[in-house]
Amino acid sequence: MAIDIDLTQFHEIFYEESLEGLGTMETSLLNLNIGTPDAEVINTVFRAAHSIKGGAGTFGLTDIAQFTHIVETTLDEVRSRKRGVTQELVDVLLQSVDYLRYLIDCSKSGKAADKDRMAELAENLGRVENKLPAATGKMPAAAGTGWRIIFKPALPLLQSGNEPYRLFRELGTLGELKVTADAKGLPDFDHMDPELCYLGWELLMQGDTTKEQISEIFEWVEGECALEISLQGDRRQFVERRKGEREAPEQAEARAGEAASIRVNIDKVDGLINLVGELVIAQSILNRVAGEITGNKAEDLVEIVDMLVRNTRELQDQAMRIRMLPIDYTFNRLPRLVRDLSRSLGKQVDLVITGNNTEVDKTVLEKIADPLIHLIRNAVDHGIEKPEERLAAGKPEKGLIEISASQEGGNIIIKITDDGAGLNQEKILAKARERGLAGEEELTPAQIQNLIFQPGFSTATEISSVSGRGVGMDVVKRNINDLGGNVEISSVAGTGTRFSIKLPLTLAILDGQLVRVGKETLVIPILNIVESLQPNKNQILEITGETRVYRYRDQYLPVIRLYETFGIPTDIMELQQGLMVVADTGEQRVALFVDDILGQQQVVIKSLESNYRQVPGLSGATILGDGTVAMIIDIASLSQLYRNTTRKEVA
Amino acid sequence: MNSSVHTIKSLDLDEDATNQFLTFLLAGEEYGVDILKVQEIRGWEQPTMLPNALNYVLGVINLRGTVVPIIDLRQRFALEKSQFGPTTVVVIVKVSNADKERTVGIVVDAVSEVYNVTDEQIRPPPDLGGVISMDYVKGLATLDEKMIILLDIDKLISVGVLKQIDTH
Amino acid sequence: MSEQKKTRILLVDDSVSMREMVGFTLKGAGYAVSQAEDGVDALKFAQGNTVDLVITDINMPNMDGITLIKELRALPAYKFIPILTLTTENSAEKKQLGKIAGATGWIVKPFDPEHLLSTVKRVV
Repeated sequence: MAIDIDLTQFHEIFYEESLEGLGTMETSLLNLNIGTPDAEVINTVFRAAHSIKGGAGTFGLTDIAQFTHIVETTLDEVRSRKRGVTQELVDVLLQSVDYLRYLIDCSKSGKAADKDRMAELAENLGRVENKLPAATGKMPAAAGTGWRIIFKPALPLLQSGNEPYRLFRELGTLGELKVTADAKGLPDFDHMDPELCYLGWELLMQGDTTKEQISEIFEWVEGECALEISLQGDRRQFVERRKGEREAPEQAEARAGEAASIRVNIDKVDGLINLVGELVIAQSILNRVAGEITGNKAEDLVEIVDMLVRNTRELQDQAMRIRMLPIDYTFNRLPRLVRDLSRSLGKQVDLVITGNNTEVDKTVLEKIADPLIHLIRNAVDHGIEKPEERLAAGKPEKGLIEISASQEGGNIIIKITDDGAGLNQEKILAKARERGLAGEEELTPAQIQNLIFQPGFSTATEISSVSGRGVGMDVVKRNINDLGGNVEISSVAGTGTRFSIKLPLTLAILDGQLVRVGKETLVIPILNIVESLQPNKNQILEITGETRVYRYRDQYLPVIRLYETFGIPTDIMELQQGLMVVADTGEQRVALFVDDILGQQQVVIKSLESNYRQVPGLSGATILGDGTVAMIIDIASLSQLYRNTTRKEVA
Repeated sequence: MNSSVHTIKSLDLDEDATNQFLTFLLAGEEYGVDILKVQEIRGWEQPTMLPNALNYVLGVINLRGTVVPIIDLRQRFALEKSQFGPTTVVVIVKVSNADKERTVGIVVDAVSEVYNVTDEQIRPPPDLGGVISMDYVKGLATLDEKMIILLDIDKLISVGVLKQIDTH
Repeated sequence: MSEQKKTRILLVDDSVSMREMVGFTLKGAGYAVSQAEDGVDALKFAQGNTVDLVITDINMPNMDGITLIKELRALPAYKFIPILTLTTENSAEKKQLGKIAGATGWIVKPFDPEHLLSTVKRVV
C-alpha cells in the first residue's frame, strides 16, 4: 500500500511501545509454567508480538516485521495447541526477544543489523522439538463436529453501536453457520422498546476453528451479553459465562478508574512541581506577614493562613508523588538477568524480590538500575558458589539472592543479600596492599570490606566475561553517591554478603539546614549533618600553618571554612566565634565552619546547570521564603574542592 | 522583590524581511539584540553571589522560580565596572547553543528603543578594533543617525561569556 | 447510472499525521472520510451531518474521546452508530472506559492498514 506520508515521526512511539511489549513478552515467558502453561499468558505474548509486527509493517521496518512474523507464527502454533511448550522453546523465544531489542536499537541508531542471527534463531524456532501436550480439551473442534454458541445480548447492546447481525456475519467467515433465534424474551408489542435487544440466538458452526477465534469475535461485547461456546455433542461444556447485564456505569467506572493511568510528559510534571514550589514560597511569606498583623481580624487571618500552609504542604507532597514510580520497573529486569547468568556460569540461583511496590522518584529509578545490575552480577558471579562447592560446604545446592526495597523515613533502603561465599578478608587486604590502597596498619573488618569500593580494585583471579574485572564497585558507589545516597557492605566469609543502599526518596526536594556565612544564607542537607556544635579552644588543632582540624569525639576532622572556600566576606573568621557543623559524605566526615545556624526547612532544589553550569561545592540552589536565592552545599563536592584548594596552597 | 519594568509584547513582523532589534547603551556604544531573544527587561536586584565565580558573573537571581545568572557585560569586556542601582537595567535573554537553551540576564547601562531593521539596512561589520570580537557581531545599522552594533547574542553569551567560564 | 453511496466515516484525532495516514488508508479502500481534530470539532460536525462510522482517538485537547462518545450518543442520529476508539495502550482499562461511554469497540495503535481495514469492515 503506497502511503506518501512521512511515517518516521511515528517511529519514536513505535519504538517505545515495542520495547514495552518486549518487556511484557519477556516477563510472561519467564512466568510461564512449562508443565501447565496458562493460555492467557501465551495469548499475552502472542498479542505483544502481533502488535509489534503490525506496527513494524506500517512503518516499513521490514527486518523487525519479518522476524516478529516468524516469532508470531511460532506463538500462534503454541496458542492453537499445534506446538507444545518446552524449556528449550522458551529459551529460544527469550533469545528472540533479545534479538528484537537489538533490531529496534539498530533501527533507532541507523546501524545495519546482523541478519545471520535472525536466520539462526528462525532455524532454532523451527527446530525446537515439538512435543504436543496431553489433550486438555481446548482444541479445535475435530472434523465432523463443530461449535455450539449461545449468544444472549443484554438489552441495551444496540446502544453501543454493536449489531448481532454483523457479529454473525463475521462468524460466518470462519465456518458454516446455522442460526436460530430465541424470541422468548420478546415482550408484547405495546411494551416493546425498539431500541432494546430482546432476542437471543443459538448458532451451530461447522468447521475447523478454535474457541479462541470465536471468542475474539465477541471481544467487544464481552461485558454486554451472556455467551456460551461448547462443542456440539460433547457432554463437557466449555462454558463461558459473560456478565449478564452491563455493570452499573458508576461501578464499572470506579473499577476501571482504580487501575487507570495516563502518560504524562515529564516536563509537565516538573513544571507543575515548580509552580507548587512557588506556591510554598508565597505561602511562607504570607505566613510571616500574617504573623505581624495586629487587630481584630489578626487571629482569623492567622488561622486561615495556617490552613493554607497545611494545604500547600499537602499539595507539595502530592505533587512530588506524581513523579514516583514503583521500583518494580527496575527490579523486573533482574529475574531474567539472574536466570541467564546462572545458566551460563553453571550455577543455580534463586532470586527473591520483596517490596517491589515501593515507590521512588523517576530519576532515582533510572539511575539506580546500573548499580543494581552490577551488584546482582557480582553476587551471581563472585558471591554464589558452584553447586558442588555449596554442597561440600553444607549449603543447599541452589544459592539464594534476596532483593528488598522499603521506605524508611525520607529514604529508600535497598538490600541485596546473597548466601554465597562472602568476602575473603585476607585476600582483599593483600590485594589492597599490593595496589597501594592500604598501608601496613591494622584495619577493622568493616574498613577492609570497604576497600572493594576503591577505584582500581579487583580480587577476581580471572577476568570473568560476565562481570568484567570487578572494577565496577567504585563506579557503583559513585553512582549511588551522586544520587545523594550511600552504600554499605557487610559480609561474613562462608555465609554471604549484604549490600545496603540508602537513597533519598526524591531528588527535587530536600530537608535543609540554613546557615549564615557573612551576608549569605547557605543550605546544608540535613541528611548529611551529624551534629552542630560550638567549638572550644582545645578541640581545635593546628596542623600546618593555616590548616586546622577539629576534634570531634575520637576523630580529627578537617575544618572547612566556608567563607574561605567560597570567597564570602565575613567578620567571623576566628573558629571560636562561629559554629561547627559536622557533616558526613558517606565516605568521610568534615567540619564546616559557619557564622551562625538558622532554621530548618524543606527546600525545592533548583538547577544551576540549566542556565549556568555546575559549580564545585554546590549541588544546586533554592529560593527562600523571601524570594532570594540560596546555595545548596554538596558536601562531597565541597570536600573535594577544599582538598584541591589546600593542595594548591601547600604546593 | 523587583517587578519587571518593561514587558515585551508580541510584535507584528512585516512580511518583507524586517528584523526587530532592541537597542541598549553600553559604555557609550549602542548595541542591538534580536527582539525575539529578549524575554523581558528588569530593574536591578542584588543577585546572590556564586562562589569563586569570575568577576563578570555577578551571581544569580530568582526569575519566577528559575535560577538565572546575571552577567555584567562591562566587566566581561574589561571595562570599568559601573554602579548598580535603581536605574540599572537587566535584559533577560534566551540564548541557544547547539541544542541547549539558556536564560541569562545581562546588565546594561540603559535600554533605548525597538527598531525595525530591514535586511538592506544591515551592513557587514568592519573590524571595529573595539571591545567586542567581530565573531559576535552580525552587522551594523545606521538608524536615527546612530550607528548600532547588532549582536549575535547566542554566540556572545554561549561562546563569549559562558564558554569562557567552562574553560576556566 | 447512479453513483453508489460511499460509506462515510468520521475520523477524530488531534494528530494531523495520524489523520492523514488513517484517512488516506480509508479513502484508498473506497470510504468517504471526514476529519475532526478534537471532540469539539467532531461534535459540531455531527450536529449537522451523519456518518456510518466514527473512529476517534481518546487523548485529545478541548474535548477528549470519552466525552465525545458520551455526547455523540446523546444525539438521536448517533445513538446506534458504530463508534470505535483508537487506544495506544493495550490496557483493559482504556478499552473499558470507551465501552462504558458507549463505544462499540476499539482498535489498538499501532496497527497496520490491513488490520484497520478489516476492523472497519466488521462494523459497516
